[in-house]
Amino acid sequence: MTELTGPTNTTKVVVDVMLKPEILDPQGQAVSAALPRLGFNFASSVRQGKRFEIEVEGEVTVEKLAEITKAAETLLANPVIETFVVKVEN
Amino acid sequence: MKVGVVTFPGSLDDRDAARAVRAVGIEAVALWHGDADLHGVDAVILPGGFSYGDYLRCGAISRFAPVMTTIMARAKEGMPLLGICNGFQILCESHLLPGALTRNHELHFLCRDQKLRIENNTSAWTSAFDAGQEIVIPLKNGEGSYQCDDATLESLEGEGQVVARYVGADPNGSRNLIAGITNAKRNIVGLMPHPEHAIDSLTGPTADGLPFFTSILTQMVGA
Repeated sequence: MTELTGPTNTTKVVVDVMLKPEILDPQGQAVSAALPRLGFNFASSVRQGKRFEIEVEGEVTVEKLAEITKAAETLLANPVIETFVVKVEN
Repeated sequence: MKVGVVTFPGSLDDRDAARAVRAVGIEAVALWHGDADLHGVDAVILPGGFSYGDYLRCGAISRFAPVMTTIMARAKEGMPLLGICNGFQILCESHLLPGALTRNHELHFLCRDQKLRIENNTSAWTSAFDAGQEIVIPLKNGEGSYQCDDATLESLEGEGQVVARYVGADPNGSRNLIAGITNAKRNIVGLMPHPEHAIDSLTGPTADGLPFFTSILTQMVGA
């Protein structure tokens, strides 16, 4: 069979963004309050965040990772109220 | 004398803001988010709405619009700049004002006539008020909870940079009931409620919003 798109050679980079612990998270609180109503009684608290999955062409070099980190602190997260973690997935 | 009102994709209150500007006898100039030219305006208003669909965070994408590059540079030089609601969110995302606006603490979108107290009448946009004056103007937002760290809050309070505070029950969980703040130079103001919707009794609950616009008229005539 003919390869139409060629071999994919991308790496997935994940950026997880969370509100800082001291910032009120009413969405997380609403989820936390909904769980026991459904009979799930395991949670003492819930915080809600955002996850970005970024496909990067080729290998993720140190330079690319630095660029992604820069993008995360510039756009993906607001450092005033949020923290973020950048992870390369295998 | 001209005041520019920026339209982003998803802006909602640009027409009312321009109408409020005209109501005090100032020419309103429509500015477009994709055009970095400010067309000779003396001050700028960033209106309310849902710019770029509020995607990512409110104001996060608008802050990188071409027009914002020029506005940020001019505002740092002292050009009067008012951000209302979504405009306030854009000012925080631009780091022209400290802190951030987050989801209302009870999660509901609010739309009501809100009582405020003008705490600072020395800013470019509040000089026509009496200090401590109480006003009623519309408040309508889903993400209007003003948040900042303790050091920033202490600095804002200590330097008199809180421009307006909610009076009565806490509408959205803002720290210290903050409804609006200004920068150290007092030329930039961010305000969550909407003065442009309260300029006459025909279309608004009061005309209490009008002094925000007469303030800028006085500021520009005096300059």
